[in-house]
Amino acid sequence: MGFGPVAPERDEPIFHAEWEKRALGVTLAAGAMGHWNIDESRHARESLHPADYYSSSYYEIWIKALEMLLKRHGFVSDADLAAGRAVDPAVTPKRVLKAAEVPAVLARGGPCDRPVAAPARFKSGQRVRTKNFHPPGHTRLPRYARGRQGTVEAARGGFVFPDSNAHGPGEAPQWVYTVVFDGREIWGEGADPTLTVSVEAWESYLEPA
Amino acid sequence: MTHDHDHDHHHDNELDPMAARVRALETILTQKGLIDPAALDAIVDTYETKVGPRNGARVVAKAWSDSAYADWLGRDATAAIASLGFTGRQGEHMQAVFNTPDQHNMVVCTLCSCYPWSVLGLPPVWYKAPPYRSRAVIDPRGVLEEFGVALPAETRIRVWDSTAELRYLVVPMRPAGTEKLDEAALADLVSRDSMIGTGLARVPA
Repeated sequence: MGFGPVAPERDEPIFHAEWEKRALGVTLAAGAMGHWNIDESRHARESLHPADYYSSSYYEIWIKALEMLLKRHGFVSDADLAAGRAVDPAVTPKRVLKAAEVPAVLARGGPCDRPVAAPARFKSGQRVRTKNFHPPGHTRLPRYARGRQGTVEAARGGFVFPDSNAHGPGEAPQWVYTVVFDGREIWGEGADPTLTVSVEAWESYLEPA
Repeated sequence: MTHDHDHDHHHDNELDPMAARVRALETILTQKGLIDPAALDAIVDTYETKVGPRNGARVVAKAWSDSAYADWLGRDATAAIASLGFTGRQGEHMQAVFNTPDQHNMVVCTLCSCYPWSVLGLPPVWYKAPPYRSRAVIDPRGVLEEFGVALPAETRIRVWDSTAELRYLVVPMRPAGTEKLDEAALADLVSRDSMIGTGLARVPA
């Protein structure tokens, strides 16, 4: 079905090539300059052409997206990439991650919870329906969960809204809810009767059922 | 790891295209003063030697051994996990989900590859690849079969799609016959896959 078997690898190494280590490092170090956020970064990866995305490995996707972000923000030019060395000047970064700072930076991470002044619109146990939309930009409501009825299991608090944050207008935090769907509501006839699936949904993804 | 390992070895013409592409990018950014190569080494070292599934196994073993800790983990996983020293990137907001005889929990990120790095380290290739990401939500039993796991037909399966910044740690059921084991011995039974929900805890030999 679909993309085929999962094929877990026995005793899988953490990295499958030396370049994957550098890809992880360079992506995190470049991100630490502070010129884009995780939502813009995810959107850059997901904006690859589908044929490119599906035929690229995880770290290939990271590197392709990183080149896109570095160009967009003025750090790298096509001439640099073609030459394989610095040719053009870069804008000045807000900061450069030093080795000594790495443990503290990784241990701190980047919390995305934010205060939201408005009270939660939905409460635990309430029936809701996800909206059906297909925005041209970033979103975190999976297609399979659009236009479906589910039950709010928990209100998680306020979080940065990726659909906004990926594109520059700011964090625009909203309430996030765990919404649980019956397998049959999503997959219809023939669905596993023992299955429930949950997503974390931002408030604007939901309306009362 | 030091940063003199093999950045400058002398057979660039033998590099595969991705190795060459990543090296070029690292070179450009280093020449422009935008990154510190030693910071890259420190990042890699963190995920090769410090942050990995042993962290999560310690959390699970403690939850199995200490009911007060298990309660805390259920109520405020972020704080309970931080109390063992596990915090940070891709673990900022944690939720523990407990398997029971009635319900098995399984974690996926259908949209990208969100994964609880602080307790499990970097995700395996299969977790990031389209087969798992597309099938976990529609055919979890078929996926589990590929991991050698067969659940009773009546066990409910809850799949958690990591669509926001909440990261999930599955707490597998404690195997029978482990009453006398201490936390360290229990942690050895907790596989990475059992904390994603694509495996079960090992039964002691």
